[in-house]
Amino acid sequence: MELILIFISAAIVNNFVLAYFLGICPFIGVSNKLSSAFPMGLATTFVMVLTAIVTWLIYHMILVPYHVEYLEYVSFILVVASLVQFVEMFIKKVSQPLYRALGIFLPLITTNCAILGLALFIVLKDYTFIQSLFYGVGAGVGFTLAISIMAGIREELELANVPKSFQGAPITLIVAGLLALAFMGFAGMITV
Amino acid sequence: MKKQVSLATEYTKGLWDQNPVFKQVLGMCPMLAVTVSAMNGIAMALATTFVLTFSSLIISLIRKIIPTQVRIASYIVIIATFVTIVDLVMRAQFPELSKALGPYIPLIVVNCLILGRQEAFSSKNSPFRAVIDALGMGTGFLIALASLGGIREIFGSRTLLGIQVMPDAFEPWLIMILPAGAFLTLGLMMGFLNYMALRKKSREEEEILSRHLQQSTMSIAKGQEA
Repeated sequence: MELILIFISAAIVNNFVLAYFLGICPFIGVSNKLSSAFPMGLATTFVMVLTAIVTWLIYHMILVPYHVEYLEYVSFILVVASLVQFVEMFIKKVSQPLYRALGIFLPLITTNCAILGLALFIVLKDYTFIQSLFYGVGAGVGFTLAISIMAGIREELELANVPKSFQGAPITLIVAGLLALAFMGFAGMITV
Repeated sequence: MKKQVSLATEYTKGLWDQNPVFKQVLGMCPMLAVTVSAMNGIAMALATTFVLTFSSLIISLIRKIIPTQVRIASYIVIIATFVTIVDLVMRAQFPELSKALGPYIPLIVVNCLILGRQEAFSSKNSPFRAVIDALGMGTGFLIALASLGGIREIFGSRTLLGIQVMPDAFEPWLIMILPAGAFLTLGLMMGFLNYMALRKKSREEEEILSRHLQQSTMSIAKGQEA
């Protein structure tokens, strides 16, 4: 039961994008079309789950026993960077069209704050291994959900008559604000 | 060879023309997350500037040694080292501030602004120029964070830097200190700035147009006289 609560909390109530502002760059950069936003969300989710597993193991098996917790950031970011590299190679092998569609944004997953944020939150909240696994999946699902909704709205927005000065980033931010407002409806539902 | 711009322009371009937040839309995560109050925004910007300046200096010094294939990874490790320094110093010296900023201090590592400057500037320029550029970008970031934090603090909790500026009769807008308020305020700010820039441009164009019109009417009048 607690695991399900952690999952829902990370996915909806404390959505990484709309409540913690993590992963704003791809959220604004890749949310033009649903056809690229959804795969981007899936790739991010995959990296997130792997990161949750690997960083938990590194922190509790290497950093804590040897009392070198201050190497947390350096080691975590290296793990994330190599995982992204791995995913990039994997996608390139499996699906060429997807690889071309995601293009430059794949390596940018490295600097997606949501991934490193996830690793840091897991340490901060002192989750067990299984809990962090569920937390990682939840965060990934939440990110995919947010970016897909955003892409859906922006596809409609193409047809709307937006004032010239608000085109591009400003209107995207305002839409994100309204979306965050909607997600606020879930606030207080679960406190994990 | 590319023409060298003056050092002053190298600094001032970050303030406005290439402002990292308003013009380049970089470093959005900390921008939105910590600007609940002006003080938090300033602290965050100063921490970011410190990391940016020192990593720019180091990366610019060793730019010819780093192999291109592993440059991103090397940049990140250098940046992460300085972030660790900032984090430890802040925890020791300003425990309250460090608690308020929480995980967003370590998240400076993945601030696209810092990595972006290394890739676009430090890896191609001399150490001195890189430091000037970093200081300029840092100041631009400070302007953006302080203004957004100030606006949110005034309307969200009636204060500015902890001093009450709005009368008691003013009911604080709760939305301003919530996540949704951050998105909306920044969106409106950017829209407003774009509007001002567009208006200035169109006014200049109008002036040129009216001058042309005047000249042409004058020449027509002259022609009729003759």
